[in-house]
Amino acid sequence: MTTARTKQEISAANRRRYEELRAAGQELTPKGLPEATALDAAPIAPGAIISREHVPAGWYATVRLRRGEALRIVDDSGRSSVSLIGWREEDTSERINCADTVKVQWSAAISKGRVILSDMGRVLLSLIEDTSGAHDIMVGGSTPASTLAAFGATTRNTQDNLLSAAAKIGLGLRDIPPCVTFFAPVSLDAEGRFLWNSDRKRPGDFVDLRAEMNLVVVLSNCAHPLDPARPSASGPITLIRYRAPPPAPDDPCRTTSPEIVRAFEFTDRLYT
Amino acid sequence: MTGLAAPLLISDAAYSHDIPAERPWSRVLKQGQTLRIIDSEGQQAVDALLYAADDPAERYSSQDTLRVQGSAYVELGTRLVSNKGRVMAHISADSCGRHDTSAGCCSCESNAVRFGEATKYQHACRENFILELSKHGLTKRDIVANLNFFMNVPIDPSGAFTVVDGISAPGNYVDVTADMDVLFVISNCPQVNNPCNGFNPTPIRVVIWDSPEDLT
Repeated sequence: MTTARTKQEISAANRRRYEELRAAGQELTPKGLPEATALDAAPIAPGAIISREHVPAGWYATVRLRRGEALRIVDDSGRSSVSLIGWREEDTSERINCADTVKVQWSAAISKGRVILSDMGRVLLSLIEDTSGAHDIMVGGSTPASTLAAFGATTRNTQDNLLSAAAKIGLGLRDIPPCVTFFAPVSLDAEGRFLWNSDRKRPGDFVDLRAEMNLVVVLSNCAHPLDPARPSASGPITLIRYRAPPPAPDDPCRTTSPEIVRAFEFTDRLYT
Repeated sequence: MTGLAAPLLISDAAYSHDIPAERPWSRVLKQGQTLRIIDSEGQQAVDALLYAADDPAERYSSQDTLRVQGSAYVELGTRLVSNKGRVMAHISADSCGRHDTSAGCCSCESNAVRFGEATKYQHACRENFILELSKHGLTKRDIVANLNFFMNVPIDPSGAFTVVDGISAPGNYVDVTADMDVLFVISNCPQVNNPCNGFNPTPIRVVIWDSPEDLT
């Protein structure tokens, strides 16, 4: 036991590892992320499309995705925001975890090349295409209280939509975790106050999410609570479920950092 | 919060308990009671969850709390909002100044992703939460994004998100006053892989005072 390390030596080694991971995660990884998808790029091969549906403003959709399938969410009008939660189909106690998603990737900025993690150290979804790069993972969707405060009346809202969708698959309020909201350009100022950047929204913006596990996801098409144009301005969205090309060994979403490589290793074990 | 209330004296407390390093704790706070969490030795993150005592499906919601507040950090005056939009409690005193509610709790599984598979077999906050919640009939399903008292997680305008060294000094405290009857659950964070505990988890103290109206 002469080689046993002292508590101080272990602490110092852990601090060094943390600083190395931080430097890689915040300085190296962002430089390697892919460019945003162009609005007219990434056409889906017609033969790959499984289904297509339109969701009107204020409503929600529940979509089952097999591992390897992808979902394209299109903000047709440029006025919608789309909140998403998801569960692993075989065990719904495993679900989206926004806190682990930002912690593991050292960033609250979700964009092409990033992933959304579950609470079990596995990857739920990969952002394989993204024209926007302006999404919210901190503030969450609208609620009865937020619409009442904003409009003097309770309107259709994301919290109620998520509850309705959960109920239809036998889940309830206890199963609804914090959500991520696409096409919701929220940023922070230096004091930590939330800002809405309306110039970051365009008609036709889309994001393609590749399922890395068999999933049930719920999408709520309700105006974001920080959107000053709400609620009447919100428009319909299009959802296209399709068979994504199999990821190449250098797939950008699978290789961004040592942490993400491990998260995919743990995910792949479910299927080997 | 008004600054007019009489100072809370330890000798008037209804309850006081030291939570050892790495251990959980829970207790029902009655409406009006104030819980003081004391970072006895400094730089110790304290993970916390709140549930409505009469219906635990209503629980603390980080996103509702941040949306209502309009900003990203928990500090003096922050109202802790439930998933039903009700104020469960508020921060009524704070000698530290910086607390987080975006970074969640550590788990064996997320540690393995962040720091390597060997760290999967280290004690973690989610283990504490699961065991403590089981005393109240609750499960992993009921664990949501929690509060992290004394944890310093600056988020810069680019989105960069970093757990940095805690700024709490020995004896710093935060007071949480209950606005409804709540089950308050704590995990005294065991994390040794990042600076939230100064790489050395330490004990904390919890002290509860009855509502001033009840004392007269």
